[in-house]
Amino acid sequence: MKIQILSGMVLDEQTELSLGDLCRACSQHEDWVRELVAEGVLDPIGGDHRQWRFPAEALQRAHIAMRLQRDLDINLPGVALVLDLLEELDQARARLHRIEPG
Amino acid sequence: MKFKDYYDVMGLGRDATQDDIRRAYRKLARKFHPDVSKETDAEIRFKEIGEAYAVLKDPEKRSAYDQLGENWHAGDEFRPPPDWDAGFEFRGRGPGDRNASDFSDFFSSLFGEEFRQSGPHRGHAGFQARGEDHHAKVLIDVEDAYHGATRGIVLRTPELDGAGHLTARERTLNVKIPKGVKQGQRIRLSGQGAPGVGNGAAGDLYLEIEFKEHPLYRVDGRDVLLNLPITPWEAALGANVPVPTPDGPVSLTIPANTTSGRKLRLKARGIPGQPPGDLYAITQITVPEASSDAAKALYRKMEQELAYNPRSKLGV
Repeated sequence: MKIQILSGMVLDEQTELSLGDLCRACSQHEDWVRELVAEGVLDPIGGDHRQWRFPAEALQRAHIAMRLQRDLDINLPGVALVLDLLEELDQARARLHRIEPG
Repeated sequence: MKFKDYYDVMGLGRDATQDDIRRAYRKLARKFHPDVSKETDAEIRFKEIGEAYAVLKDPEKRSAYDQLGENWHAGDEFRPPPDWDAGFEFRGRGPGDRNASDFSDFFSSLFGEEFRQSGPHRGHAGFQARGEDHHAKVLIDVEDAYHGATRGIVLRTPELDGAGHLTARERTLNVKIPKGVKQGQRIRLSGQGAPGVGNGAAGDLYLEIEFKEHPLYRVDGRDVLLNLPITPWEAALGANVPVPTPDGPVSLTIPANTTSGRKLRLKARGIPGQPPGDLYAITQITVPEASSDAAKALYRKMEQELAYNPRSKLGV
Protein backbone atom coordinates (compact mmCIF):
# COMPACT_ATOMS: atom_id res chain seq x y z
CA MET A 1 0.00 0.00 0.00
CA LYS A 2 1.29 3.37 -0.90
CA ILE A 3 1.62 5.67 2.08
CA GLN A 4 0.29 9.11 1.47
CA ILE A 5 2.56 11.87 2.68
CA LEU A 6 0.96 15.22 3.33
CA SER A 7 2.73 18.49 2.78
CA GLY A 8 1.52 21.51 4.64
CA MET A 9 2.22 25.18 4.39
CA VAL A 10 5.01 26.31 6.68
CA LEU A 11 4.02 29.54 8.34
CA ASP A 12 7.46 31.11 8.19
CA GLU A 13 8.91 34.56 7.60
CA GLN A 14 8.17 34.34 3.90
CA THR A 15 4.47 33.75 4.48
CA GLU A 16 2.18 36.74 4.22
CA LEU A 17 -1.52 36.72 4.87
CA SER A 18 -4.18 39.13 3.69
CA LEU A 19 -7.06 40.32 5.84
CA GLY A 20 -9.28 37.78 4.08
CA ASP A 21 -6.81 34.90 4.72
CA LEU A 22 -6.72 35.76 8.40
CA CYS A 23 -10.52 36.00 8.68
CA ARG A 24 -10.97 32.64 6.97
CA ALA A 25 -8.30 30.93 9.09
CA CYS A 26 -9.95 32.21 12.28
CA SER A 27 -13.56 31.91 11.08
CA GLN A 28 -14.03 35.48 12.21
CA HIS A 29 -15.51 38.60 10.73
CA GLU A 30 -13.27 41.29 9.29
CA ASP A 31 -14.35 43.68 12.06
CA TRP A 32 -12.82 41.43 14.69
CA VAL A 33 -9.42 41.45 12.95
CA ARG A 34 -9.65 45.22 12.52
CA GLU A 35 -10.25 45.57 16.26
CA LEU A 36 -7.13 43.49 16.95
CA VAL A 37 -5.17 45.83 14.70
CA ALA A 38 -6.64 48.91 16.36
CA GLU A 39 -5.63 47.50 19.74
CA GLY A 40 -2.10 46.85 18.52
CA VAL A 41 -2.39 43.07 18.90
CA LEU A 42 -1.61 42.67 15.21
CA ASP A 43 0.64 44.91 13.19
CA PRO A 44 0.06 44.55 9.45
CA ILE A 45 2.14 46.14 6.71
CA GLY A 46 0.35 48.42 4.24
CA GLY A 47 -1.81 51.45 4.83
CA ASP A 48 -5.38 50.65 3.88
CA HIS A 49 -6.99 47.48 5.26
CA ARG A 50 -7.53 46.21 1.72
CA GLN A 51 -3.76 46.20 1.24
CA TRP A 52 -2.89 44.80 4.67
CA ARG A 53 -0.30 42.03 4.73
CA PHE A 54 0.15 40.09 7.96
CA PRO A 55 3.24 38.07 8.89
CA ALA A 56 2.62 34.39 9.67
CA GLU A 57 2.99 34.85 13.44
CA ALA A 58 -0.10 37.08 13.27
CA LEU A 59 -2.18 33.96 12.74
CA GLN A 60 -0.89 32.38 15.93
CA ARG A 61 -1.47 35.59 17.87
CA ALA A 62 -4.98 35.84 16.45
CA HIS A 63 -5.70 32.22 17.41
CA ILE A 64 -4.50 32.77 20.96
CA ALA A 65 -6.48 36.02 21.19
CA MET A 66 -9.58 34.15 20.03
CA ARG A 67 -9.17 31.43 22.66
CA LEU A 68 -8.42 33.88 25.48
CA GLN A 69 -11.54 35.88 24.64
CA ARG A 70 -13.69 32.78 24.39
CA ASP A 71 -12.36 30.79 27.35
CA LEU A 72 -11.44 33.45 29.87
CA ASP A 73 -13.75 36.31 28.88
CA ILE A 74 -10.84 38.72 28.57
CA ASN A 75 -11.46 42.00 26.75
CA LEU A 76 -9.17 43.17 23.96
CA PRO A 77 -6.83 45.39 25.99
CA GLY A 78 -6.45 42.44 28.38
CA VAL A 79 -5.75 40.07 25.49
CA ALA A 80 -3.12 42.46 24.15
CA LEU A 81 -1.44 42.60 27.54
CA VAL A 82 -1.50 38.80 27.97
CA LEU A 83 0.02 38.31 24.51
CA ASP A 84 2.83 40.76 25.21
CA LEU A 85 3.57 39.17 28.57
CA LEU A 86 3.49 35.67 27.07
CA GLU A 87 6.01 36.74 24.47
CA GLU A 88 8.31 38.15 27.14
CA LEU A 89 7.89 35.01 29.23
CA ASP A 90 8.75 32.80 26.25
CA GLN A 91 11.89 34.79 25.56
CA ALA A 92 12.92 34.65 29.22
CA ARG A 93 12.29 30.90 29.35
CA ALA A 94 14.25 30.31 26.14
CA ARG A 95 17.12 32.33 27.54
CA LEU A 96 17.09 30.43 30.80
CA HIS A 97 17.01 27.17 28.87
CA ARG A 98 20.15 28.14 26.95
CA ILE A 99 21.94 28.86 30.20
CA GLU A 100 20.55 25.89 32.13
CA PRO A 101 19.42 23.23 29.67
CA GLY A 102 17.01 20.57 30.90
CA MET B 1 -17.15 4.40 31.36
CA LYS B 2 -15.80 5.99 34.54
CA PHE B 3 -17.80 8.24 36.78
CA LYS B 4 -16.50 11.80 36.93
CA ASP B 5 -16.73 13.79 40.14
CA TYR B 6 -17.21 17.31 38.83
CA TYR B 7 -17.00 18.80 42.32
CA ASP B 8 -13.69 17.11 42.88
CA VAL B 9 -12.38 18.35 39.52
CA MET B 10 -13.10 21.91 40.59
CA GLY B 11 -11.96 21.42 44.19
CA LEU B 12 -15.41 22.25 45.56
CA GLY B 13 -17.80 20.73 48.07
CA ARG B 14 -21.30 19.73 47.04
CA ASP B 15 -22.68 22.68 48.95
CA ALA B 16 -20.80 25.22 46.80
CA THR B 17 -22.85 28.24 45.72
CA GLN B 18 -23.12 29.30 42.07
CA ASP B 19 -20.74 32.14 42.94
CA ASP B 20 -18.22 29.68 44.40
CA ILE B 21 -18.44 27.64 41.22
CA ARG B 22 -17.90 30.61 38.99
CA ARG B 23 -14.95 31.80 41.08
CA ALA B 24 -13.34 28.35 41.15
CA TYR B 25 -13.78 28.04 37.40
CA ARG B 26 -12.16 31.42 36.74
CA LYS B 27 -9.17 30.59 38.90
CA LEU B 28 -8.63 27.15 37.42
CA ALA B 29 -9.22 28.32 33.86
CA ARG B 30 -6.48 30.92 34.25
CA LYS B 31 -4.15 28.38 35.81
CA PHE B 32 -4.66 25.68 33.19
CA HIS B 33 -5.48 27.59 30.00
CA PRO B 34 -3.28 25.84 27.41
CA ASP B 35 -2.11 29.13 25.90
CA VAL B 36 -0.98 30.47 29.24
CA SER B 37 -0.13 27.49 31.41
CA LYS B 38 3.10 25.57 31.42
CA GLU B 39 1.63 22.74 33.50
CA THR B 40 2.36 19.54 31.59
CA ASP B 41 -1.23 18.30 31.63
CA ALA B 42 -2.77 21.75 31.12
CA GLU B 43 -4.79 20.81 28.08
CA ILE B 44 -6.41 17.77 29.70
CA ARG B 45 -7.07 19.61 32.94
CA PHE B 46 -8.54 22.59 31.08
CA LYS B 47 -10.98 20.34 29.25
CA GLU B 48 -12.00 18.60 32.47
CA ILE B 49 -12.57 21.93 34.15
CA GLY B 50 -14.58 23.21 31.19
CA GLU B 51 -16.72 20.09 31.26
CA ALA B 52 -17.27 20.26 35.02
CA TYR B 53 -18.20 23.94 34.74
CA ALA B 54 -20.61 23.32 31.87
CA VAL B 55 -22.57 21.04 34.21
CA LEU B 56 -22.25 22.85 37.53
CA LYS B 57 -22.91 26.38 36.27
CA ASP B 58 -26.26 25.32 34.84
CA PRO B 59 -28.74 24.87 37.73
CA GLU B 60 -30.75 22.28 35.83
CA LYS B 61 -27.81 20.15 34.79
CA ARG B 62 -26.34 20.54 38.25
CA SER B 63 -29.43 19.32 40.07
CA ALA B 64 -29.76 16.40 37.68
CA TYR B 65 -26.12 15.55 38.29
CA ASP B 66 -26.56 15.96 42.05
CA GLN B 67 -29.48 13.56 41.91
CA LEU B 68 -27.10 10.83 40.82
CA GLY B 69 -26.10 11.03 44.42
CA GLU B 70 -22.93 10.98 46.40
CA ASN B 71 -22.63 7.23 46.16
CA TRP B 72 -20.54 7.52 43.06
CA HIS B 73 -16.82 8.16 43.29
CA ALA B 74 -14.45 9.39 40.64
CA GLY B 75 -13.25 6.45 38.58
CA ASP B 76 -16.18 4.14 39.48
CA GLU B 77 -17.49 2.12 36.56
CA PHE B 78 -20.57 4.10 35.55
CA ARG B 79 -23.76 3.60 33.56
CA PRO B 80 -26.52 6.17 33.74
CA PRO B 81 -29.53 4.75 35.61
CA PRO B 82 -32.61 4.44 33.39
CA ASP B 83 -34.70 7.61 33.27
CA TRP B 84 -32.16 9.28 35.50
CA ASP B 85 -32.93 12.63 33.91
CA ALA B 86 -36.73 12.41 33.97
CA GLY B 87 -38.21 15.70 34.96
CA PHE B 88 -35.24 17.80 33.95
CA GLU B 89 -35.09 19.96 30.94
CA PHE B 90 -31.73 20.90 29.56
CA ARG B 91 -31.42 24.07 27.65
CA GLY B 92 -28.26 23.15 25.90
CA ARG B 93 -25.06 25.04 25.66
CA GLY B 94 -24.77 28.72 25.12
CA PRO B 95 -23.08 30.07 22.01
CA GLY B 96 -19.90 30.95 23.90
CA ASP B 97 -19.32 27.43 25.17
CA ARG B 98 -16.48 25.29 24.01
CA ASN B 99 -17.13 22.65 21.44
CA ALA B 100 -18.90 19.66 22.93
CA SER B 101 -16.56 17.30 21.13
CA ASP B 102 -14.01 18.25 23.80
CA PHE B 103 -16.14 16.65 26.48
CA SER B 104 -15.90 13.12 27.80
CA ASP B 105 -18.07 10.08 27.07
CA PHE B 106 -19.33 10.45 30.61
CA PHE B 107 -20.63 13.93 29.83
CA SER B 108 -22.26 12.94 26.56
CA SER B 109 -23.89 9.89 28.11
CA LEU B 110 -25.64 12.24 30.53
CA PHE B 111 -26.20 15.38 28.51
CA GLY B 112 -25.20 14.45 24.98
CA GLU B 113 -28.54 13.98 23.28
CA GLU B 114 -30.23 16.83 25.01
CA PHE B 115 -27.82 19.55 24.10
CA ARG B 116 -27.65 18.36 20.57
CA GLN B 117 -31.40 18.45 20.21
CA SER B 118 -31.70 21.88 21.67
CA GLY B 119 -28.53 23.25 20.15
CA PRO B 120 -28.65 26.69 18.63
CA HIS B 121 -28.56 25.44 15.06
CA ARG B 122 -31.18 22.73 15.18
CA GLY B 123 -33.98 23.12 12.70
CA HIS B 124 -32.22 25.60 10.48
CA ALA B 125 -32.40 23.88 7.13
CA GLY B 126 -29.25 24.29 5.12
CA PHE B 127 -27.19 25.35 8.11
CA GLN B 128 -23.49 25.10 7.48
CA ALA B 129 -20.38 25.85 9.46
CA ARG B 130 -16.70 25.46 8.93
CA GLY B 131 -15.17 22.60 10.90
CA GLU B 132 -13.03 23.32 13.92
CA ASP B 133 -9.28 23.73 13.59
CA HIS B 134 -7.16 21.15 15.31
CA HIS B 135 -3.80 21.76 16.90
CA ALA B 136 -1.05 19.28 17.62
CA LYS B 137 2.63 19.30 18.42
CA VAL B 138 5.17 17.41 16.41
CA LEU B 139 8.47 16.44 18.01
CA ILE B 140 11.46 16.46 15.72
CA ASP B 141 15.23 16.22 16.04
CA VAL B 142 17.53 19.12 15.29
CA GLU B 143 18.86 17.08 12.37
CA ASP B 144 15.36 16.99 10.83
CA ALA B 145 15.40 20.78 10.57
CA TYR B 146 18.61 20.52 8.54
CA HIS B 147 17.53 17.80 6.16
CA GLY B 148 13.76 17.63 6.28
CA ALA B 149 11.90 14.51 7.41
CA THR B 150 8.60 12.69 7.33
CA ARG B 151 6.81 12.14 10.61
CA GLY B 152 3.83 9.96 11.43
CA ILE B 153 1.45 11.81 13.71
CA VAL B 154 -1.32 10.04 15.60
CA LEU B 155 -4.39 12.18 16.15
CA ARG B 156 -7.44 11.34 18.19
CA THR B 157 -10.45 12.91 16.56
CA PRO B 158 -13.78 12.86 18.38
CA GLU B 159 -16.68 12.14 16.08
CA LEU B 160 -20.30 11.07 16.23
CA ASP B 161 -21.16 7.54 15.18
CA GLY B 162 -24.42 6.54 13.47
CA ALA B 163 -26.29 6.32 16.77
CA GLY B 164 -25.17 9.80 17.77
CA HIS B 165 -22.57 8.65 20.29
CA LEU B 166 -19.29 10.39 20.68
CA THR B 167 -16.35 8.16 19.84
CA ALA B 168 -12.67 8.84 19.40
CA ARG B 169 -11.23 7.84 16.08
CA GLU B 170 -7.49 7.44 15.78
CA ARG B 171 -5.85 8.34 12.56
CA THR B 172 -2.25 8.55 11.54
CA LEU B 173 -1.04 11.23 9.20
CA ASN B 174 2.32 11.13 7.53
CA VAL B 175 3.49 14.68 7.27
CA LYS B 176 6.46 16.10 5.49
CA ILE B 177 8.57 18.33 7.72
CA PRO B 178 10.45 20.61 5.34
CA LYS B 179 13.99 21.62 6.18
CA GLY B 180 14.49 25.00 7.77
CA VAL B 181 11.73 24.83 10.39
CA LYS B 182 12.23 26.56 13.74
CA GLN B 183 11.08 25.83 17.27
CA GLY B 184 7.47 26.94 17.70
CA GLN B 185 6.85 27.39 13.99
CA ARG B 186 3.62 26.04 12.68
CA ILE B 187 2.67 24.05 9.62
CA ARG B 188 -0.86 24.38 8.34
CA LEU B 189 -2.54 21.38 6.74
CA SER B 190 -5.64 22.72 5.05
CA GLY B 191 -8.77 20.65 5.46
CA GLN B 192 -7.23 18.16 7.93
CA GLY B 193 -9.14 19.51 10.93
CA ALA B 194 -12.67 18.62 11.96
CA PRO B 195 -15.20 18.06 9.18
CA GLY B 196 -17.58 20.93 8.49
CA VAL B 197 -21.30 20.92 9.23
CA GLY B 198 -23.58 20.83 6.20
CA ASN B 199 -21.65 22.10 3.23
CA GLY B 200 -19.15 23.90 5.44
CA ALA B 201 -15.47 23.36 4.72
CA ALA B 202 -13.34 21.18 7.00
CA GLY B 203 -11.14 22.96 9.52
CA ASP B 204 -7.38 23.06 9.31
CA LEU B 205 -4.78 21.13 11.24
CA TYR B 206 -1.94 23.14 12.73
CA LEU B 207 1.23 21.33 13.69
CA GLU B 208 3.61 23.12 16.00
CA ILE B 209 7.27 22.21 15.69
CA GLU B 210 9.00 21.24 18.89
CA PHE B 211 12.58 20.04 19.09
CA LYS B 212 13.50 17.06 21.20
CA GLU B 213 16.23 17.58 23.75
CA HIS B 214 19.53 16.89 22.04
CA PRO B 215 22.65 15.73 23.90
CA LEU B 216 24.86 18.20 21.98
CA TYR B 217 22.81 20.96 20.43
CA ARG B 218 20.49 23.66 21.72
CA VAL B 219 18.42 25.79 19.39
CA ASP B 220 17.70 29.50 19.48
CA GLY B 221 15.53 30.40 16.50
CA ARG B 222 17.63 29.17 13.59
CA ASP B 223 20.88 29.45 15.54
CA VAL B 224 22.30 26.30 17.05
CA LEU B 225 24.53 26.28 20.13
CA LEU B 226 27.06 23.67 21.10
CA ASN B 227 29.47 23.39 24.02
CA LEU B 228 32.93 22.72 22.64
CA PRO B 229 35.53 21.32 25.05
CA ILE B 230 39.10 22.41 24.24
CA THR B 231 42.46 21.79 25.90
CA PRO B 232 44.43 24.52 27.67
CA TRP B 233 47.11 24.41 24.95
CA GLU B 234 44.51 24.68 22.16
CA ALA B 235 43.08 27.67 24.00
CA ALA B 236 46.48 29.31 24.57
CA LEU B 237 48.22 28.56 21.31
CA GLY B 238 45.29 28.44 18.94
CA ALA B 239 44.38 25.38 16.90
CA ASN B 240 42.17 23.91 14.24
CA VAL B 241 39.75 21.48 15.86
CA PRO B 242 36.94 19.35 14.47
CA VAL B 243 33.43 20.42 15.50
CA PRO B 244 30.33 18.27 15.03
CA THR B 245 27.36 19.90 13.32
CA PRO B 246 24.02 18.31 12.41
CA ASP B 247 25.32 18.47 8.83
CA GLY B 248 28.54 16.59 9.63
CA PRO B 249 31.85 17.65 11.21
CA VAL B 250 33.61 20.85 10.16
CA SER B 251 36.95 22.34 11.12
CA LEU B 252 37.00 25.39 13.37
CA THR B 253 39.90 27.72 14.06
CA ILE B 254 40.42 28.46 17.74
CA PRO B 255 42.28 31.80 17.95
CA ALA B 256 45.26 32.02 20.29
CA ASN B 257 44.46 33.08 23.86
CA THR B 258 40.84 31.98 23.73
CA THR B 259 39.06 32.07 27.06
CA SER B 260 36.41 29.72 28.37
CA GLY B 261 32.82 30.58 27.41
CA ARG B 262 33.74 32.37 24.19
CA LYS B 263 31.19 32.02 21.40
CA LEU B 264 32.88 31.12 18.14
CA ARG B 265 30.57 31.55 15.19
CA LEU B 266 30.29 29.19 12.26
CA LYS B 267 28.42 31.34 9.82
CA ALA B 268 25.37 29.79 8.12
CA ARG B 269 25.97 26.40 9.76
CA GLY B 270 22.75 26.70 11.79
CA ILE B 271 19.31 25.68 10.61
CA PRO B 272 18.94 26.42 6.89
CA GLY B 273 16.62 29.22 5.80
CA GLN B 274 16.60 32.71 4.38
CA PRO B 275 18.74 33.80 6.05
CA PRO B 276 20.19 30.59 7.53
CA GLY B 277 21.08 30.45 11.20
CA ASP B 278 24.60 30.31 12.58
CA LEU B 279 26.19 27.64 14.69
CA TYR B 280 27.92 28.83 17.83
CA ALA B 281 30.60 26.73 19.48
CA ILE B 282 30.95 27.82 23.10
CA THR B 283 34.45 27.05 24.31
CA GLN B 284 34.93 25.12 27.52
CA ILE B 285 38.53 24.69 28.55
CA THR B 286 38.95 21.29 30.15
CA VAL B 287 42.02 20.44 32.14
CA PRO B 288 43.67 17.00 32.00
CA GLU B 289 44.03 15.23 35.34
CA ALA B 290 47.42 15.23 36.99
CA SER B 291 47.31 11.46 37.15
CA SER B 292 50.94 10.63 36.46
CA ASP B 293 54.26 11.92 37.73
CA ALA B 294 55.03 13.35 34.31
CA ALA B 295 51.73 15.27 34.30
CA LYS B 296 52.36 16.57 37.82
CA ALA B 297 55.84 17.73 36.79
CA LEU B 298 54.39 19.61 33.83
CA TYR B 299 51.84 21.42 36.00
CA ARG B 300 54.58 22.33 38.51
CA LYS B 301 56.68 23.71 35.73
CA MET B 302 53.77 25.86 34.54
CA GLU B 303 53.21 27.08 38.08
CA GLN B 304 56.83 28.16 38.37
CA GLU B 305 57.26 29.69 34.95
CA LEU B 306 53.92 31.33 34.17
CA ALA B 307 53.37 33.22 37.44
CA TYR B 308 49.68 33.44 36.71
CA ASN B 309 47.03 34.69 39.13
CA PRO B 310 43.52 34.12 37.70
CA ARG B 311 42.06 35.96 40.73
CA SER B 312 43.90 39.23 40.32
CA LYS B 313 40.61 40.99 39.46
CA LEU B 314 39.11 39.74 42.70
CA GLY B 315 41.75 41.71 44.61
CA VAL B 316 43.36 38.64 46.21
